[in-house]
Amino acid sequence: MANYLLIESRDPFDSNDVGQFYGLAAGLAREGHSVTLFLVQNGVLPARPSAHSAALADLRGAGIDVLADDFSLQERGIAADGLADGVAAAALDVVIDHMAGGSKTIWH
Amino acid sequence: MADKKTLTFALMDAPFENARSTTALRLIDIAARRGYDINVFAYEGAVYLPFSHQAKHANAVHGHEVEEEDHPLPREWVSAVIAEAEKNGGKVDWVNCGLCVDERGAADSVDGVRRGTPGDFWNMASASDGTLVIPTK
Repeated sequence: MANYLLIESRDPFDSNDVGQFYGLAAGLAREGHSVTLFLVQNGVLPARPSAHSAALADLRGAGIDVLADDFSLQERGIAADGLADGVAAAALDVVIDHMAGGSKTIWH
Repeated sequence: MADKKTLTFALMDAPFENARSTTALRLIDIAARRGYDINVFAYEGAVYLPFSHQAKHANAVHGHEVEEEDHPLPREWVSAVIAEAEKNGGKVDWVNCGLCVDERGAADSVDGVRRGTPGDFWNMASASDGTLVIPTK
């Protein structure tokens, strides 16, 4: 089984294909892979409790680590201590950690 | 450095247009601070990231002169990550796609940037611990 880091930079309110990327994360986890979903740029917008947040909670429930770039959160005025269920703030260093560790890293 | 890593990034966005360029350079900066060896393959509009003729400008709307506006320039960020990597025992091998450069007249780059082909990206990725492609939307 492999380690995957999926990086979502798009806003699900703006791009319908974000759901497909979440689906890819869920599918990889279902097949037994270790998956982390890292939200960055406008990808962090559903980390604010909203209509699209439940999808992130579902991914966390499926065993996927769901992280949101702390800088992107700060830029958008989203408090790191008030994130949607299942989402945790993290530094961008997480991406470099995964790359250095040999994770398969995919940007969307 | 016992755990020195080699990472490869492929970039495609032109500067001054999208947050992806900023995020990419934030990532490269983190790797540079760790002293990693970093490969960058700049494709399409990304060949303008290290373009040496980028110039600061004033902002008349805000009433700022050039110095006060201090407009950020990606070429300075590229030079900064190259210097940061060297300071920490690493290096940045920044390759601009040659055909993309020719199409755009973007041959003049800051020091540390060389010309290459997509074959360089294949070789870089094959020899790296991790690779990240940041495509345009």
